[in-house]
Amino acid sequence: MNDKKINLLSGLQWWKWLCILLLFYTFYQGLMIEVPRLAILHETIRNLFFHVTMWFSMIIMMLASLIYGIRYLSTNDITFDTKASEAAYTGVFLGLLGLATGSLWAKFTWGAWWVNDAKLNGAAAAMLVYFAYIILRGSIDDEHKKAKLAAVYGIFAFTMMLVFIMILPRLTDSLHPGNGGNPGFGNYDLDKKMRTVFYPAVIGWALLATWITEINVRIKTLRNKIEDEK
Amino acid sequence: MNIVLNLIQKEIKTEWKQKYAFNGLLLYVVSTVFVCYLSFKRIVDLPTWNALFWIIQLFAGVNAISKSFLQEGRGRMLYYYTLTNARSFILAKIIYNLFLMLVLSAFNLLFYSLFIGNPVQDMPMFILAMVLGSAGFSAVLAMVSAIASKAGNNFALMSILSFPILIPVLMVTIRFSKNAMDGIAWAVNQQFAIILVALIAMVFALSYLLFPYLWRE
Repeated sequence: MNDKKINLLSGLQWWKWLCILLLFYTFYQGLMIEVPRLAILHETIRNLFFHVTMWFSMIIMMLASLIYGIRYLSTNDITFDTKASEAAYTGVFLGLLGLATGSLWAKFTWGAWWVNDAKLNGAAAAMLVYFAYIILRGSIDDEHKKAKLAAVYGIFAFTMMLVFIMILPRLTDSLHPGNGGNPGFGNYDLDKKMRTVFYPAVIGWALLATWITEINVRIKTLRNKIEDEK
Repeated sequence: MNIVLNLIQKEIKTEWKQKYAFNGLLLYVVSTVFVCYLSFKRIVDLPTWNALFWIIQLFAGVNAISKSFLQEGRGRMLYYYTLTNARSFILAKIIYNLFLMLVLSAFNLLFYSLFIGNPVQDMPMFILAMVLGSAGFSAVLAMVSAIASKAGNNFALMSILSFPILIPVLMVTIRFSKNAMDGIAWAVNQQFAIILVALIAMVFALSYLLFPYLWRE
């Protein structure tokens, strides 16, 4: 039996402590600080800390997946592929949370769960691309073949996601705050106080995403090891 | 460059040898248009006309280009491997598929106009949109077809992988051709053409850079 007692908390690396701290700060301050009173938005502006940050961390995860994918292609080292795929899975999870929080918010501000908006459609399309990525991974048995095809498709997926969420919404007016005359998070109303919560929130959520990915990578690596020993 | 030309020539020759496949594609387009005609009769609403045209184009394109790698068996790929290099090979595939897409879209436009009517006001611009759209389709689909063929010759996989990736090209093309239908001035519409060309260039560059990784097994 394992007689070495593992103390769960003392074993944590510094950035995990930072993550816990920042998220506590986000939840407390995010709900407690005074926010600007804006028509339509009202208190829902606090969603900035929980919705917009999801997309930020999703993009960070997808970027990590892209970088690991490229590193796999140049080294053929399967550990990079494990990291790339797990980062993409976490990214998809965050994207789904982003859609859910956005949908909830839309219900209270625009009056519908889903509206025909360039940014929403772009986000949904980006999700579709990454679902296709997951299906592609699932359909191949050979480890290295899977890694190679997934990396190539992942590079395509990432560039297309950038097009979806960065370029296409700018072609049309969007209902989103900050576009087409709607009150936005960006310029005049993202006041100093909200910034003091928003930036820590982004870092906190991104660290949490990294944490989740790290655990999943470790699980996957152990599983592969067990399978190799069989 | 010589290799590319030879490869394109070879593509045309194989296509000519299996005429049934090409004729099958043309029939696919015509019968889809006819089914649409029977279900819609006349389309008065312009966005619907445009959207339907591009959806037919999308399905025809996926059908046509999926076979560009699916038909190449493992042995033949090995043969190409000894004769050519990856970059010329994907270049030849994209150019040939562009040619195929252009023929299909011309066919599509002809029968679509014949059955359902043609409300396009600025025809040259619509054709430009069609050419650019075809170029975008062929660049994206050639690469996806290569991925799908390596993943075990699965046609369903081909559509799953290509549809979401095609959305940016499709959306810009649809908006561009819609403006051409309305006869909107080139000065307004040119931004869509520029974005489309940029998208095509991007996909093309990605295919050119990434295909060598798929090539080696």
